[in-house]
Amino acid sequence: MDLELSDDQVALRDGIAAMLAARVPMERVRTGFDRELARELVDAGVFTLRRDGFSWADAVVVFEQLGRACAPGPLVDSSLFGDGRTACIVSDDAPVWIEHLEALDVLVVMRGDGFETVEPGAVTADPTSWPLDPATPIARATELPPGAPVALGPDVRSVLFAGAALTAGYQLGLADRLTELAVAYAKERVQFDRPIGSFQAIKHLCADMLVRTEIARAAVYAAGAHLDARDALPGVERSVNGAKLLAGEAAIANGKTATQVFGGMGYTWEVDVHLYLKRAWVLDTRFGSSDRHALELAQAARA
Amino acid sequence: MELRYSDADESFRAELRAWLDASLPALAPAPPREAWDERRKWDTDWQRRLFDAGYAGLHWPKEFGGRGASPTEQLIFYEETTRARAPYVGVNFVGTLHAGPTLIEEGTDEQKAAHLPKILRGDEVWCQGFSEPNAGSDLASLRTRAERDGDDYILNGQKIWCSFGHIADIGEFLVRTDPDAPKHKGISWLMLPMDTPGIEIRPIKTVLGSSEFSEVFLTDVRVPVANRVGAENDGWRVTNVTLKYERGTAFVSELVDSMRLCEDLARRPMEEPLAAELGHCIADFDALWALTKRNVSQSARGTTGAGAMVIKLAYTEARQRFGELCLRVLARNALHVDDNELVEERLRTLALTIAAGSSQIQRNIISERVLGLPREPR
Repeated sequence: MDLELSDDQVALRDGIAAMLAARVPMERVRTGFDRELARELVDAGVFTLRRDGFSWADAVVVFEQLGRACAPGPLVDSSLFGDGRTACIVSDDAPVWIEHLEALDVLVVMRGDGFETVEPGAVTADPTSWPLDPATPIARATELPPGAPVALGPDVRSVLFAGAALTAGYQLGLADRLTELAVAYAKERVQFDRPIGSFQAIKHLCADMLVRTEIARAAVYAAGAHLDARDALPGVERSVNGAKLLAGEAAIANGKTATQVFGGMGYTWEVDVHLYLKRAWVLDTRFGSSDRHALELAQAARA
Repeated sequence: MELRYSDADESFRAELRAWLDASLPALAPAPPREAWDERRKWDTDWQRRLFDAGYAGLHWPKEFGGRGASPTEQLIFYEETTRARAPYVGVNFVGTLHAGPTLIEEGTDEQKAAHLPKILRGDEVWCQGFSEPNAGSDLASLRTRAERDGDDYILNGQKIWCSFGHIADIGEFLVRTDPDAPKHKGISWLMLPMDTPGIEIRPIKTVLGSSEFSEVFLTDVRVPVANRVGAENDGWRVTNVTLKYERGTAFVSELVDSMRLCEDLARRPMEEPLAAELGHCIADFDALWALTKRNVSQSARGTTGAGAMVIKLAYTEARQRFGELCLRVLARNALHVDDNELVEERLRTLALTIAAGSSQIQRNIISERVLGLPREPR
């Protein structure tokens, strides 16, 4: 039993962090996902982690770093698709909101108890002029064309739980970076002749951000390791439920708290905090919201 | 990262389970909360059984009679004993988890020989005399005086929240030996036999109607200087070295119990919004369990991380949210405490966010020591 990163995982984490620092600075996050960024992420192996032999625990470590960088794109979906093509997974309930439609190689539709691939060019959809997250373009379709069956895993449910775990990794990264941003500002911003981070009212907000992040990190790493050991250890869905719930909440709560710590600057387009908070809101709608996962935990306990 | 335990750890677990299965049926039922003499006997009998089976002083080094168990074995021990509903450490708490480790680190050979074997066998019960009416969160402002008189100190002052004071043989006491020094620099750590003349003990009635806590009044109490552990005026440092063996496992029993109580609550009828909150509590406790494993993993590597600093704050607040949920689910069935564990636990856990560093103090510590935010002017 060891829930710390192995030496290989530390190297993996540091490698992906260095790549993101060099290739995906915040200026690029603001311009959004495009074919060029997709190519760079494919080269870095982000979309083919499982095919390339990495464990689920490795994968959540990578997604934590993607979240810290607020890297844009259909990252989780493309990783689940897993062959290097960009993908977005949607359910077939109108209206269908499709992310990054312009940059997709393939649209994956959940139908019945399986997945189907649909040619993105064959989809009729209206792009929104003002997406909630400026780096996550959204298009609305009322009807999707028929597709071809495809298997992304043993069954739909296990694929969706893997997606929830990767998303939780990303949300953990958002929460972690938001804590750093708020703490750095609290150390530097002076009011009443003192850094605002010396006031308990501010430092307790920052402490709560750290606590949420550490709790989420424990849950996310345990979920990743549990996916790898799922045949030996029962209860993998419960682990993933908890990780997605807590990492999702931590990302949103830390986004709101960071906005508060930054004061008026936190309400500006210029400061990065809103980009993190908006991504957190987007991701809570993917692979089960925090509310959904809380209910699933309760239903399983009461069954 | 690996969730599965090693074969060696699994065999430690299997041996422990077999011993618990064989030992627990022989125990008398736990005495009532108020019956302190019986509770002392029940807890120290259990300590003796642990000693005879080689589980006493689990985290103490072998050279001092302990088992020298690895952090992972400690985790397994607390997990399995709590699951089996074995007695908790009880009145042996201060001796085995606090005073004993302090003596191991800071005591003289004579002090170790006089006390460590007795603590391990359950022959000596310790209490703690740290807090004072005007020294709670600001513990270092304590004022109980110890004036030197030949080979003795003469103690005068008042202690509060003295755990197990009324049934203990001996206490670990913090006293002020230099009133002119800065507040952290004039404190000494003393062993005080509780039958010394001049000690008056008054039990404190808490929200549970009874408790292990007492007020202790000290009037011209004579203690040999030989009972001091560590150097004179160095007691603040001595106090801070004591918990290092037990890193990471402090909340294992509480968490295992919390998960059992979640299962209990899940069987009760409740509306969907309350069920969602129960689901959230399950996620909280599962995550804290994972955090405990992370802390134990770090401890096993000889490192430490932010998790060790956050678990006290996070667990105690999660446990109180759960306690509040219990009352809401039980509704009017929560109006009696007798034979109603969820309600009794709601009362008990009110103390968790206050004792051993309040949640507010924890947030100060986290923000200053982990996040590096500037100290408040003090």
